[in-house]
Amino acid sequence: MEQAVQVKELRPPITHIGVIGWVKTNLFNGVFNSILTVATLFFLWKVVPPLLRWAVIDSAWHTTGEACRQAAGACWSVISMNYRFILFGFYPYEQQWRPLLAMLILFGLLFYSRDRSHWKKPLAYAWIIGLFTMGLLMTGGIFGLSSVESTQWGGLPLTLLLAVFGLTAAYPLGVILALGRRSRMPGVKILCILYIELIRGVPLISLLFMSSIIFPLFLPEGVTFNKILRAQAAIILFTAAYIAEVVRGGLQGMARGQYEAAESMGLNYYLTMRLVILPQALKIVIPPTVSILISAFKDTSLVVIIALFDLLKTTQSVLSNPEWMGFSREAYVFIAILYFLGCFSMSNYSRKLEKELSRGD
Amino acid sequence: MIKVRGFKNSAVSEKVPFWLDPKKRAILFQIMTFCMVGLLAYYLTSNTLLNLKKQNIATGFSFLHKESSFEIGESLIPYSAANTYARALLVGALNTIKVAFIGIVITIILGTIIGVARLSTNWIVSKLAAIYIEVMQDLPVLLQLFFWYAIFYETLPPPREAISPTAGLFMSNRGVAFAVPEGHPAHLYMFLAFAAGCGIVYLMRRWARKRQEKTGQIFPVFFVSIGILVGFPLLTWLVFGAPLEMNVPKLGGFNFEGGLTVSPEFIALLLGLVLYTAAFVAEVVRAGIQSVSKGQREAAMAIGLRPAPVLNLVILPQALRVIVPPLTSQMLNLTKNSSLAVAIGYPDFVSVANTTINQTGQSIEGVAIIMAVYLFFSLSTSVFMNRYNKRVALVER
Amino acid sequence: MNIEKKANEGQMIEFIDVHKWFGEFHVLQGINLSVDKQERIVICGPSGSGKSTLIRCINRLEEHQRGRIVVDGIELTNNIKNIEKIRAEVGMVFQHFNLFPHLTIVQNLSLGPIWVRKVPKKEAEETAMYYLDKVHIAEQARKYPGQLSGGQQQRVAIARSLCMNPKVMLFDEPTSALDPEMIKEVLDVMIELAREGMTMIVVTHEMGFARSVAHRVLFMDFGKIVEGNRPEEFFKNPQHERTRLFLSQILH
Repeated sequence: MEQAVQVKELRPPITHIGVIGWVKTNLFNGVFNSILTVATLFFLWKVVPPLLRWAVIDSAWHTTGEACRQAAGACWSVISMNYRFILFGFYPYEQQWRPLLAMLILFGLLFYSRDRSHWKKPLAYAWIIGLFTMGLLMTGGIFGLSSVESTQWGGLPLTLLLAVFGLTAAYPLGVILALGRRSRMPGVKILCILYIELIRGVPLISLLFMSSIIFPLFLPEGVTFNKILRAQAAIILFTAAYIAEVVRGGLQGMARGQYEAAESMGLNYYLTMRLVILPQALKIVIPPTVSILISAFKDTSLVVIIALFDLLKTTQSVLSNPEWMGFSREAYVFIAILYFLGCFSMSNYSRKLEKELSRGD
Repeated sequence: MIKVRGFKNSAVSEKVPFWLDPKKRAILFQIMTFCMVGLLAYYLTSNTLLNLKKQNIATGFSFLHKESSFEIGESLIPYSAANTYARALLVGALNTIKVAFIGIVITIILGTIIGVARLSTNWIVSKLAAIYIEVMQDLPVLLQLFFWYAIFYETLPPPREAISPTAGLFMSNRGVAFAVPEGHPAHLYMFLAFAAGCGIVYLMRRWARKRQEKTGQIFPVFFVSIGILVGFPLLTWLVFGAPLEMNVPKLGGFNFEGGLTVSPEFIALLLGLVLYTAAFVAEVVRAGIQSVSKGQREAAMAIGLRPAPVLNLVILPQALRVIVPPLTSQMLNLTKNSSLAVAIGYPDFVSVANTTINQTGQSIEGVAIIMAVYLFFSLSTSVFMNRYNKRVALVER
Repeated sequence: MNIEKKANEGQMIEFIDVHKWFGEFHVLQGINLSVDKQERIVICGPSGSGKSTLIRCINRLEEHQRGRIVVDGIELTNNIKNIEKIRAEVGMVFQHFNLFPHLTIVQNLSLGPIWVRKVPKKEAEETAMYYLDKVHIAEQARKYPGQLSGGQQQRVAIARSLCMNPKVMLFDEPTSALDPEMIKEVLDVMIELAREGMTMIVVTHEMGFARSVAHRVLFMDFGKIVEGNRPEEFFKNPQHERTRLFLSQILH
């Protein structure tokens, strides 16, 4: 039996589609949601205009500290007049193109690495050369570049250095620890478990204290360790433990069949790991690894406590200058934007990557 | 019977050189590793002892009994510069527990609200929650601490011109002072009434459950419990003549006297920690709720369950299993992050330990104490977490 | 089938010119259907034809935007009381079983009676054991869903719906997620159910089941019921080209 009458081309009811439909389902479906929408809109109306007035309309953009205090709104001059120091710290003024160039190289490499189809051997070489070049640019001493002591490094390049180098060095260490933790040799396993649990159980600040105060005691007299290096060591040791846990998760997630297939092919432990297990396991855990990178980037700010001049400390130095005292809000908002841009692009990338990986390409 | 000569005999007759035998290789490898680690430890230790001697720094923990000779800004127990370092450290530890405990409670509440808001069908609310989560997660917690501390110092006026949004509440750059109820005998009885109410609620829940099992009737336990827990103390209060006297902070000299004052350091630390960690908790809650498949809700609705029982009986038990483990790790992170108090001058454990180290020079013992205390918290939380996971694990084949 | 039809008292389920849209997508285009008490209907059709949506509208897991749906004399509107009454009378078995993994089998079954029909626990558990026995799975009563096979879980799901004493049972592709060797045990339970006179609407591709048990087989495509007939007629003489094409694809 069939429908005797042809159904005309009917349109869905007007309250269900288009703008009205969207507003109804998303903002006003039900009493509770409607009240919520109205309350939220009221709240926004009360808060946003005064905020805009303070930040944009009444603000002073490029004046002296005195003029800034007269302005009713935000004093963005604390940034515009001091940005060289905030961004580069004590690096010699005329040579600041060098850390700038180093950062551009880093951003370029990062940008190029975003596309997974570029992940081949040449890219690895490009990274190694790139990192080496960055180090050269910063230290100088050859190729006609004047030498700049690492004690003068600061600001954004220092933050990036601590984070990027920290993760790069921590990664192999973390992988070794993860393998060690899964080892069947009790001695190695216990050592790795002790290390991982100890480091993960304590706050980073205690490791930074340890590195800045105690490491010098470990060394024979006369041998000194550059302060940045000490902080870098602490960050590496800290990050490695977290990477170890993440990689361990990846290793555990690998099907037993992979191990067995490699074994039956006659591959020894080293080859099994290098050719079969690690490539797969590491790929699975890329998203949590990126999130560790984001944490490392944020955690570099802690070096302010041991008086290293990263981005946070340079900002605070500017604020301790009598001319610019009292404008902490504006200054912190500025570096908040910098940190946010960095972390947001990384977490966005990680989300995109997760989607790609779960689709299986 | 045929005796089969075979593999067993041949394996024994061949002697495998020890460097090819996997078991012996493993042992050799471990011995080598231990030797290396041991040598490194020996090298570091001997250097350290030498350096300590040269700089005339003492070793051992006897410094704990010495007089500390420094003051601590705020303390839950009586303390002065004449007390020992050990007592100072105790004060620091209590301060850490104070901020961690209050912080954890507020964070769980706030994080849950934001996490649920993120899943709301209301577009504005859900987007605002998403923005909050993304922004707060992407800013370093230390930056947030400095920001809130700066707000207190630079934006708020001195006590003379304190902002008073409501009567009895004063916000200034010396902290927040608010009125507290004046001590009154009624308070003790109100507390007793509340405790009695708790007992009654507990008994009532047991009775209601037995009744439901027997007769099937459902008792409105939730609403009655709230009524009792609020009503009992309220009734007691009324019986005592509804005493309303408040200890109101009054401006005396340079600061407020009376009432309860909370330091800017404490509030900045609390705000920074709570707002930061709540973003992560919101994500954990959201993931937990979303982990329960849509079909579970549909099956529960198809049987005819109303929304509240669907949530309580089907969704929440499953969601909580997914939420609790990462939630405890966030709580641990909050506790560890409270160590950043040293940067804004709140006298938490690390702060006090840092001062101790600076004064006595015994950095190794100091840092070791710090690590030991935090390790204790982390490991005991791990143990509880493992027990919880084992208990609630979904049974599978 | 008549288009203009008043709701009839003897009908179990009545669809009168029902339309539904997902946004702009017209998923149900003027459904007219009437199901008598104790009638058994099989709905088949290509994926996306709207057959799942149709039965999900019956217990309000989906909302229709036009037309009327009447279940056992109660009209389906936004009235919550009506919806809950209807849901207690209509049982649903899902493609992916949807058993509650944190509860034992018995607890899964007694949840509805205890909390919706307010039955004492002992009685609810007795009912549960009765139906578990009926689907031949009583020995697994104290186990958890995670410990059972797919076929066993689906039989438990059927028993769970039966514990609410429904007047109608809806089946949304009940065997599609099962390994081949487990399909028979579930179909056998459904056939027994049919023999006891339960009103059933089944969305499935199992044509053998349709042939042996259905009163009517309906073919749906692009949101419309293209044709419907007694099984013998339906399979031997499909009247429409689309029906013929579909049957040729699944009966090979």
